[in-house]
Amino acid sequence: MCGIYLDYQSACPVDPRVQEFAGRFLGRDFGNPSALHSRGLAAKAALEEARAHVAELINAEGQQSVILTTGATQANNLAIRGAALRNAAKGKKLLASKIEHISVLNPMKDLKKGGFDLTLVPVDRTGVIDLVALEGELGQETILTSVMYANSEIGTVQPIKEVSEIVHEKGLLLHVDATAAAGKIPIDVQKDGIDLLTLSSNDLYGPQGAGALYVRPGVRIQPVLFGGGQERGLSSGTENLYALAGFGEAARLARLKRAEEGLRLQAIRDALIQEILKIDESYLTGHPTKRLPHHASFRFSRIEGESILLTMDAMFNIQVSTGSACSSRTLEPSHVLLAIGLKHEEAHGSMVITLGRENNSDQIPVIANAAKKTVERLRALSPL
Amino acid sequence: MAQIGYSKEVMEHFMNPRNVGVIESPDGYGKVGNPVCGDLMEIFIKVNDNKVDDIKFRTFGCGSAIAVSSMVTEMAKGQPLEEAMKITRKDVADKLGGLPPQKMHCSNLGADALHAAINNYWVKIGKIKPEEVKTEEGHDGEEGESCET
Repeated sequence: MCGIYLDYQSACPVDPRVQEFAGRFLGRDFGNPSALHSRGLAAKAALEEARAHVAELINAEGQQSVILTTGATQANNLAIRGAALRNAAKGKKLLASKIEHISVLNPMKDLKKGGFDLTLVPVDRTGVIDLVALEGELGQETILTSVMYANSEIGTVQPIKEVSEIVHEKGLLLHVDATAAAGKIPIDVQKDGIDLLTLSSNDLYGPQGAGALYVRPGVRIQPVLFGGGQERGLSSGTENLYALAGFGEAARLARLKRAEEGLRLQAIRDALIQEILKIDESYLTGHPTKRLPHHASFRFSRIEGESILLTMDAMFNIQVSTGSACSSRTLEPSHVLLAIGLKHEEAHGSMVITLGRENNSDQIPVIANAAKKTVERLRALSPL
Repeated sequence: MAQIGYSKEVMEHFMNPRNVGVIESPDGYGKVGNPVCGDLMEIFIKVNDNKVDDIKFRTFGCGSAIAVSSMVTEMAKGQPLEEAMKITRKDVADKLGGLPPQKMHCSNLGADALHAAINNYWVKIGKIKPEEVKTEEGHDGEEGESCET
């Protein structure tokens, strides 16, 4: 299938070097890292090497601060439930920005049913968290605050250092979901002052089904899965050696490639934004500059996002994403687009482009022309 | 195997919609849905010899909304009004090889728009009184109403 893939935030191809490296753990070098024989020890060594690479990507102090998981959803659930339940005696208040991923918001909503309080902190029209509102909501009973590093739908990067200073001034705990940001912008958990941080393998061109939760030394959380006690008891279950080894290799490559690749994609991205905004009644969503380098997101008046996605795919073989209600399971428009102040009818017309390795500058006019034709076609059909 | 995504027929009608456009001074006009909910359809009809002589539509909405509009215009064209009035949402969905379950209500408004256009014509010619027009099931998208039916 050729064509132009512009949905790297939803799935990335696994880097061929990662495939080759990780592939041997499916066969030749298989093993259970908990076993004490030589095959088990070799598997354990591979797992620890992966952990070291992940730790290095985010400048974690010591590898043992990295808990390997089955992905970002498990890591987010572990961070939120694990911290809330561990600290329930101290308070019941949970804070999150309104634009967190559903794998952050849904565990919090579930805790709310069990007696916790949940407060969602607003963001401005560009998606940046309201720091004054955040500070105002923080109190000694706030046991966990969760603010994402960057948002996958609108690309906005949060002022995490400032968030962390505000949260830590009060001696409170900060979780940061860095799923969309890792490998795209530099992350340093020590400099940024992060207590808990979520990562996903596939966003780094690693296999799906692997991720990690960084837990700052001294921070105590409790398990949400119970079993054999793997990963310091915080992620029980036999490790997915293939995926985690691949994650480690992907993290190593991401650390080496990030800066150069980020600049390359940013140049393509900026040109694309310039071209696509030439379309009548088109608007950039998210922040104009404080955004992920590979991320361009738009909305178009009078047309609907799922139709945009289908037309781009069927007519131009270009794969994009949308936050339209009609493409979701719930038929609700994206909570992110509503949180930045879009009306329902505006939120329906969104298109999200996330660039990656296979994209190049030759594609800019092709993509821009396809977007223009798509919008024209759908507007010709629209009564609005 | 469960159907994944849209049927071939839906994609065919979505990519090549029939009867798109506007009829100037139509005999009947129907509009259903609400942009807040993500779907809005309008249908124009020209009546001759008690038949749907010409029909056009315009739709704001998702893939199935556009395919449904296109299909219903094709099904109604040339039909006696009484027959066109009998076309149901289910008939349209069946003719399209089915719609994903979550799309059966929200974007399956083509038959409603067609009925609204025919009723509009019947009211105009005095065949029925405005108060005799039966409201279609749900999704008129009025203030405070849920977008789902």
